[in-house]
Amino acid sequence: MTVFFESLFNGISIGAVLLIAALGLGIVFGIMGVINLAHGELMMLGAYTTFLVQNAFKALGEPWFSGYIIVAIPVAFLVAAAAGLALERGVIRYLYGRPLETLLATWGVSLILQQFVRQVSWVMCIQIILFCLLFFGGLWVMKRRPDFERMRQWAMVVILPLAAGIALVCGTILGQIFKLAVTKPWFGAQGVDVTAPGWLRGGLPLGSFQLPFVRLFIIALTIICVVGIYLFLLKSPWGLRIRAVTQNRSMSACLGIPTQKVDALTFALGSGLAGIAGCAISLLGSVGPNTGQNYIVDAFMVVVVGGVGKIVGTVVAALAIGLVNYIIGSGILALMVSPGNPLFDFLTFFATTSMARVMVFALIIIFLQLRPAGLFPQKGRTVDA
Amino acid sequence: MNGKILEIQNLTVSFDGFNALNNLTFSMNTGELRVIIGPNGAGKTTFLDVITGKVKPTKGRVLFKGRNLRKFSEHQIARFGVGRKFQTPRVYLNLTPRENLELSCNRQKNVFATLLKPTPSGERQTVKSLLETIGLTAKADILSGLLSHGEKQWLEIGMLVAQSPDLLLVDEPVAGLTDEETMLTGELLISLAESHSIIVIEHDMEFVRQIARTVTVLHEGSVLCEGNIEQVQSDPRVIQVYLGSTSEEAAH
Amino acid sequence: MKPNKIADDATALPPWEQLWAKIYTFSQQQPRWFEISLVGGAALFLIVIMPLLLSDFRLDLLQRYLALAIVALGIDLIWGYTGMLSLGHGIFFALGGYAIAMHIKLQIPATASNQLPEFMNLYGVTKLPWFWHPFDSFPLTIIAVFLIPAILAAFLGYLVFRNRIRGVYFSILTQAATIVFFNFFNGQQKLFNGTNGLTDFQTILGFPISDNKTQYGFYIITVLLLVGGYALCRWLTTGRFGRLLVAIRDDETRVRFSGYDPTGYKVLVFAISAALAGIGGAMFTLRTGIISPRAMDIAFSIEMVIWVAVGGRATLVGAILGALLVNYGKSLFSEKFPDIWLFFQGAMFLIVVLVLPNGIIGWLRTEGIDLFRKIIRRPRYVATYPQLEEDPEIQRERETLEP
Repeated sequence: MTVFFESLFNGISIGAVLLIAALGLGIVFGIMGVINLAHGELMMLGAYTTFLVQNAFKALGEPWFSGYIIVAIPVAFLVAAAAGLALERGVIRYLYGRPLETLLATWGVSLILQQFVRQVSWVMCIQIILFCLLFFGGLWVMKRRPDFERMRQWAMVVILPLAAGIALVCGTILGQIFKLAVTKPWFGAQGVDVTAPGWLRGGLPLGSFQLPFVRLFIIALTIICVVGIYLFLLKSPWGLRIRAVTQNRSMSACLGIPTQKVDALTFALGSGLAGIAGCAISLLGSVGPNTGQNYIVDAFMVVVVGGVGKIVGTVVAALAIGLVNYIIGSGILALMVSPGNPLFDFLTFFATTSMARVMVFALIIIFLQLRPAGLFPQKGRTVDA
Repeated sequence: MNGKILEIQNLTVSFDGFNALNNLTFSMNTGELRVIIGPNGAGKTTFLDVITGKVKPTKGRVLFKGRNLRKFSEHQIARFGVGRKFQTPRVYLNLTPRENLELSCNRQKNVFATLLKPTPSGERQTVKSLLETIGLTAKADILSGLLSHGEKQWLEIGMLVAQSPDLLLVDEPVAGLTDEETMLTGELLISLAESHSIIVIEHDMEFVRQIARTVTVLHEGSVLCEGNIEQVQSDPRVIQVYLGSTSEEAAH
Repeated sequence: MKPNKIADDATALPPWEQLWAKIYTFSQQQPRWFEISLVGGAALFLIVIMPLLLSDFRLDLLQRYLALAIVALGIDLIWGYTGMLSLGHGIFFALGGYAIAMHIKLQIPATASNQLPEFMNLYGVTKLPWFWHPFDSFPLTIIAVFLIPAILAAFLGYLVFRNRIRGVYFSILTQAATIVFFNFFNGQQKLFNGTNGLTDFQTILGFPISDNKTQYGFYIITVLLLVGGYALCRWLTTGRFGRLLVAIRDDETRVRFSGYDPTGYKVLVFAISAALAGIGGAMFTLRTGIISPRAMDIAFSIEMVIWVAVGGRATLVGAILGALLVNYGKSLFSEKFPDIWLFFQGAMFLIVVLVLPNGIIGWLRTEGIDLFRKIIRRPRYVATYPQLEEDPEIQRERETLEP
């Protein structure tokens, strides 16, 4: 019996992590049809934000420190949402209707973000700010000229290298003057550790088995996020607009819904959820530049299995994949068969975390043979016009 | 070979509880040219979707030349001899009209035949004469993406003919065409009807009058009435469906 | 542009332009032979001249790039022509590499006390696993290099395409497959030496692998395979089959209604593309002397796609060019500024997608030609009804008509 509860709980807690990672992805993919391969990196940004918030609270001392996670969640949401907003406005909006190109572009963004957190230092920050000021300021000045359209290309050719050059030189000079104080990377290529506050350590004893508080916290957080998103999409006016744009973009535009704003909002929302997910995973272990990569593919699998565009599907799929993953990976199944049975060898072969993934993928492929459009497919004439 | 080319019995198609087609029964003879009209949402396109196998019936069955189409997929149904033209022209924009036609004309459609066998000269001839019929000889070797809307419509009809199907399903062939092009399209369809069975879905009543022999009116997923154009136009139910509640006004 | 006309005018021109005109006429009248001679010339140049020009180190790099160009051809075939973006070609690349590496690891001198690949001792394996046995034979290995990836691709492809899973779903699934295979090879120390992979190659067919002459042999084989791959892809993409691939890319549903079953075509093309990746992987492994699960890294598989994107989708030359250029750039950058390379690579993804969607070759064919013609003061090419906008006579008429 304990074994049963233990595996159920562990499966659900794996599922909860998957779900919180896949939730934002499901919204962005399901509603906008955009594949965001940088979603994992947005999670990573959320995790690093949690790290920074934790450090800030550490300086404040104990009574404050134990509450840092409460502050870290909204901050992580905002940081990731801002990054997502910039991504949507800067890149993705030019690529609507070209999913494969979006996929490549967001992969490029994810590479840049990974390298960014490895290298970011005061100098780099200053360089980026300087570059943005010069470049966008320059463009802004140029745009006020009436003949801007005619000289647009030339303006770009001149301003871009100029701004980049000035920023680079300034950065180098600063680096020479202040040395390591400004050039030292903030995080470095190694992972950073987020310590859970005191009240999240330990666990809830349940017979011989303990339910870790961190896991419970993540499950609760996931539930809150799911319910929140559900209410937002179904009850709020912006949720209505988002759903309207999903179903018929041009008609929505004709009715006066600002589709561009809706796109930006949806994407920011999905990215913000990635930030919260990042906050959650930072409690589970060390956070490194590659953290996001570990979750992104599993999160996509959840979305594919769940069926696109339905939150219910994402929830069920995440829990199912989490459970199956745990049951196979922990070798519980193998315990049920007697050794010597050929099935035993087969099951123990897959009873490691990495081999469980192999098995789960095979199961997903089999599942897709039966239900190609996922658990909760959308029906109707509009699909695959 | 005379008899029913297409028979549809008690067909229901539902999407999540909404019945796009509702207990529809329909049949047509070999060699017939049938026009289907109906207000928006009457289920016209779903009707074609079911015949071509894109949508599977929830209830009822579709018999093509006496064969139940339920368990066949789109390409198999197409090979039985059902050709379909889409509402908006769907030609391969990155191929030339000639290549478009050659692809449709190809008789052996499995992988290795397409790869290994050279195009038979008979097919080249067919393509050439088809290009003349649809008036695209001069533009045979530029990309189809550069053709005008009307030319694309014609190219798609040409592709349909190249497939040499027994039953042609034509969805709004004159949408967006000029009056003259509409006239020509009508003539083309009438001449095709000599050797093929054709179902045309159309809104343009002028055009319907030009080509129609028998008209079927669909409404809310079922057949409302059937007959020649005058009968249909004077049918009070049809008038009600198209123009709103005339019965109420009549009562006043 | 009628070739005959140019040939007539040519008599009045200086000799180099006469030669140019002759080549032009030849290229127009005998396009096939022109292409064959171009490709043959390029191959000869690579085989004979390049080794004289480059140091051993650079030649080594060049061979790696050429091996990767074979992979790029395969990617172009499925992505550029058929519209399937595979993010899992690292699997096939690695499988090809593992196949040849397993053969080499079995080349153990008969006198050695231990007749197993040395890593197996470390993990206490006493009997050669059954699936290693076929790799003892060289011909079987050569077949395995392309057949194993092809069969795997055909199998996975069939399961996926059969259900009409396509577009981004296909991409995501292939990406997941990459992770799965990575985990599998990483986790199996006893079978494949896990993370460390297979390395420390000694001999193949009795030739010492590290020897310069053997490596030059590999180089020649790589060039020939690239030419063969190019010819194969060229054959596939011209003619009816190629046009059907384009049709599937542009409108798969329409293809179905024309009576074709796209599944078979997609499976075949995916399998061929995987086979090319396997061959590329094998040649790459022979040069680098190591194959490890890192070849199944997701990043590497997506990188392959960017080679094709940079060169130009749906142009085979573009794929080769892209693979050579990007990898050359990568070596250059990662030698000098290893930190910046990732930034640069990320930027490259963005630039190619946003600014240069047709790649270098695509750009050359459209804007590039216009730019070139502008420089040599010829009228621009116009896509549909030529020269109406550019024709001086029409312009003159227009000026007189519209005061």
